[in-house]
Amino acid sequence: VLHVCVSMCVCMCAHVCVLHVCVHVCGHMCVHSYAVLNEEQKENMRLLIEPTYKFFEEVNDAARNDVEEQVPPEIMKSLQELGAFGLQVPIELGGVGLTNTQYARLVEVVGGYDLAVGIALGAHQSIGFKGITLFGTKEQREKYLPQLASGEKIAAFCLTESSSGSDASSIRSKAILSDDGKHYILNGSKIWISNGGIAEVMTVFAQTPGKDAKTGEVKDKISAFIVERGFGGVTSGPPEKKMGIKASNTAEVFYDNVHIPVQNLLGKEGEGFKVAMNILNNGRFGMAAALSGTMKKLIERAVQHVTTRVQFGNKLEVYGDVQEKLARMAMMQYVTESIAYLLSGNMDRGCTEFQLEAAISKVYASEAAWEVVDECIQLHGGMGFMKAAGLERVMRDMRIFRIFEGSNDILRLFVSLTGLQYAGSHLRALERDLKGFKMDVLMSEGVKRTKRMVGARIVPSIAGQVHADLASQAEQLSSALGDFGASCESLLLTHRKDIINQQFLLKRLSTACIDLYGMAAVLSRASKALSKGVPTAAHEKALTVTFCQQAEERIRRNLGSLRSASHLKVDASMATIAKEICKHGGAVPTHPLD
Amino acid sequence: MSGLRVLVGCKRVIDYAVKVRVRPDKTGVVTEGVKHSMNPFDEIALEEAVRLKEKSVASEIVAVSCGPKQCQETLRTALAVGADRAIHVTVEGEEYEQLQPLAVAKIIAKLAQQEKTDLVILGKQAIDDDSAQTGQMVAGILGWPQATFASKLLKEDGYLKVTREVDGGLEHIKVKLPAIVTADLRLNEPRYATLPNIMKAKKKPITTLTPKDLGVDTSPRFSVLSVEDPPQREAGSKVANVDELIAKLKAVGVV
Repeated sequence: VLHVCVSMCVCMCAHVCVLHVCVHVCGHMCVHSYAVLNEEQKENMRLLIEPTYKFFEEVNDAARNDVEEQVPPEIMKSLQELGAFGLQVPIELGGVGLTNTQYARLVEVVGGYDLAVGIALGAHQSIGFKGITLFGTKEQREKYLPQLASGEKIAAFCLTESSSGSDASSIRSKAILSDDGKHYILNGSKIWISNGGIAEVMTVFAQTPGKDAKTGEVKDKISAFIVERGFGGVTSGPPEKKMGIKASNTAEVFYDNVHIPVQNLLGKEGEGFKVAMNILNNGRFGMAAALSGTMKKLIERAVQHVTTRVQFGNKLEVYGDVQEKLARMAMMQYVTESIAYLLSGNMDRGCTEFQLEAAISKVYASEAAWEVVDECIQLHGGMGFMKAAGLERVMRDMRIFRIFEGSNDILRLFVSLTGLQYAGSHLRALERDLKGFKMDVLMSEGVKRTKRMVGARIVPSIAGQVHADLASQAEQLSSALGDFGASCESLLLTHRKDIINQQFLLKRLSTACIDLYGMAAVLSRASKALSKGVPTAAHEKALTVTFCQQAEERIRRNLGSLRSASHLKVDASMATIAKEICKHGGAVPTHPLD
Repeated sequence: MSGLRVLVGCKRVIDYAVKVRVRPDKTGVVTEGVKHSMNPFDEIALEEAVRLKEKSVASEIVAVSCGPKQCQETLRTALAVGADRAIHVTVEGEEYEQLQPLAVAKIIAKLAQQEKTDLVILGKQAIDDDSAQTGQMVAGILGWPQATFASKLLKEDGYLKVTREVDGGLEHIKVKLPAIVTADLRLNEPRYATLPNIMKAKKKPITTLTPKDLGVDTSPRFSVLSVEDPPQREAGSKVANVDELIAKLKAVGVV
């Protein structure tokens, strides 16, 4: 048997920003230092938070907005005056010119008070006109950004159709170039568009027929357009009645022979899908920041309750069950916040490859926030269920976050497949080099050897970057990383290309990947806190150590289940059960009383 | 330049919503790491100045703050709300702890002279020390008329018509310019600084001076002996009847 020296390089550094498994002779690891604002940026931050927080504390009334199912006109006006509609638009074009980190910090404030208003603002600037910011020509930017930044005109991101949600590339709206070549004629309809009923400027995605450069055949490819309601032919339906974020307008939008001037093509013809994915990717970081703010407020409410409410002669806070809930809520908030600002910091540093981290941040934040609001209500008992407490509204607002902007289910697949892609490309390279030998046998031997080698190789390098007090957590992380890399390779060996269909496995792999990133983020942040000796360093260390312990256990369980025969049997059994349910039209068992 | 030159005081104080805690050594209250903001009455003073400018009654607004480096944040907010320039009189450490209304009044008076100010608008009092003296002392030092506790302000020719809130009700007076006005709660409702204005305000100038530059002696004229919490409210006790009540009142010597 050939001795294969495969060593894992797991690299999480500022400019690569991705967890990837690659084949190198020497393993190396760099965990970059946690994002830091300079003094001037910090001062700006404080100056901007103050009016924002005051506005949401004193002027905006989230409960009223929910009941009235709209953002009241006078609040819209105040938000316009506040400058809330163009936070990241350059100052020269009438915006506030914020960096991603500063924007994240502000939406964190908004998230703590009113998620519906947060979505109205986010749908407008985080995705609604982000395409113009990222891909617009000079003329397009100068024409549209000032009025969008002032809030005079509202924007919307129009991609989803009734037959195309997660499967975005299957959209059917069509834009055909006119005979005189001066306009695209757009026909189609979009559903569930945030701000759809009030937007004047829309980023619309439609199929355009184009000649394939290589084959010469005419194929439909998606293109992106800036469409103004004023072009004529654009109508929108009534506001949808929703479970939550009721004040945010959601509507169908119809395009009937809309004449779009060719100058309003956004990006290149046929490149619309990339434009769409980039916009969504670019706006995703805001969500984790907003939700970390929501969670913080929810924890405050929970604490207010458990430190005052007395049952069985004691304040609730002394009971273990209550303590477990509070601790879990605090850890989830800490991880979310750490991930959010790690991501925004990377984006500000000029990192271009952050789609994996953005996806992880959205999945983690939305699931953590759901758990936190659920536990907050539970701690309040019956009171939590009452409208007056204001918590049920937050839960209703929260539900959509796991669904829209890339459903968590799709994003999890993306996370797993991206990780596997790197493992795959390097395995392929290795296979080429070792043609003729029995790869499976070699690799399984190699994998075993790798884990041992990786453990020894990586630990010193992470430990060097992390504070001494967290050395054993760093060891937990590197060991788990080695396990993860080995799992990726093992999955590819077993399933090859068919791995993309193995969703039971991919889900567990993605959960492990998310936990790994969470560990890295909190280790980075807590190390900084300990090094700087901030007053809360000890508490942050406790949060980090506890989270890492539980995360490591989950990672081992999830990765172990990928190879365990009994667990794989369970997967197969569940698939069969699901098939039968679908065949039957519902739950299958005969009633116990029959 | 027909418009008035206005000088507005913007004191940095502990935010009104913060729960204030007394320092263990009883020399003052805890300020480290505590949220600070502009004195609410100064926000009202500033808002009045900005409204005068919007009506073209005022031509220039200068904001002033005395204290440590962090006062520049307060001044940045003032610039964002609408002041044209700001002056930061640097006072640090021990000198700042001992800074009292008389010293501040001297500083403001000197600046008013230097800046050829026509109208000084201050908050009626600061919410940390509640002295309510500075405006009055500035008037005394300069020999200018004062209109304190103003709830309404109108300019007519060379005069100001001011409505004052006093214990007996409302008083309407006329003062010649130049004058000092101190702002009361109902004078106006201050606007919020907008985010774009905060960023634009970064280009407006802040000049830094020391009290020495102005020839002002900031040494204190009184010393604070101790700062304490108000006594904890104690539980009462129930009495069975009027006789017992009288007996108890006699026992504590109030009857």
